[in-house]
Amino acid sequence: MTINWFKYASPASFYFLAGRMIPFFIIAAVILLIIGLYIGFFVAPTDFQQGEAYRIIFIHVPAAWMSMFLYVVMAFWAGIGLAFNTRLSSMVASAIAPTGAMFTFLALWTGAWWGKPMWGTWWVWDARLTSELILFFLYIGFMSLQAAIDDPRRADKAGAIIALVGVVNIPIIYFSVQWWNTLHQGASVSLVQSPKMATAMLTGMLIMALAAWMYSIVMVLMRTRMIILERERHTAWVSELKEGVSK
Amino acid sequence: MSWESWSDFFAMGGYGFYVWGSYLVALLCVLGEVVLVRNRRRTLHKQLGLKDKSSL
Repeated sequence: MTINWFKYASPASFYFLAGRMIPFFIIAAVILLIIGLYIGFFVAPTDFQQGEAYRIIFIHVPAAWMSMFLYVVMAFWAGIGLAFNTRLSSMVASAIAPTGAMFTFLALWTGAWWGKPMWGTWWVWDARLTSELILFFLYIGFMSLQAAIDDPRRADKAGAIIALVGVVNIPIIYFSVQWWNTLHQGASVSLVQSPKMATAMLTGMLIMALAAWMYSIVMVLMRTRMIILERERHTAWVSELKEGVSK
Repeated sequence: MSWESWSDFFAMGGYGFYVWGSYLVALLCVLGEVVLVRNRRRTLHKQLGLKDKSSL
């Protein structure tokens, strides 16, 4: 029994720790979102080139950042799980994928709705857009593969391989605007010339990125807790949880 | 502040369709994910016989 307990100690203690942390991240996400939107719509001035259309930036850039960042974090934990056979890290990786896919979709969607008024087209098959679309397919592939394999540990391993191979795509997305001649503009901040504008726009963007970060943490923690419960439903501590609740 | 009135705000300098088209879908995505996660949690807690409020 003691050995069993130690074996499961990590996911079980994470379950309770995450449960205590979630409310704080929810509060942080909501506060940052309100401040970020306020700055984005009421403090940040009109762009001298793009007018008001640029305000899509406050979702587009944080979503694009999160799509790439979450993928790296997902691949990292999947890789740790593969290398060291630590179950919790694989569970975290699986928990990240849907949120990452959601942000990738948002980056693509808002990009299209920004591209239409600015470039005159919803979509072009250029390097930045195509590599971001591939990122979306990588997330979908990771999730479908894991969903198709019944044994969770085998699903973890298969997912880890696809996640790790796909990491190659991240520098391609990031540097695509430098490596290839694309429609997509370079660094978002450089199109602003007056320093005052840069400050308000950049602040709004960074705060929205922080809000997206907090939101992702909430989603990942909640999902990890569910995966823990699903996989450990026959363990002693989950039974204790049931008894404790029914009292 | 760039806005003279609320209608000015919603017009977004003529780009309202694109700006709000982006923000609306972002809102739907976030709400959708939250709903999916909460539903999954409710189902799981029911299956395991846990009370929903037992954990966030």
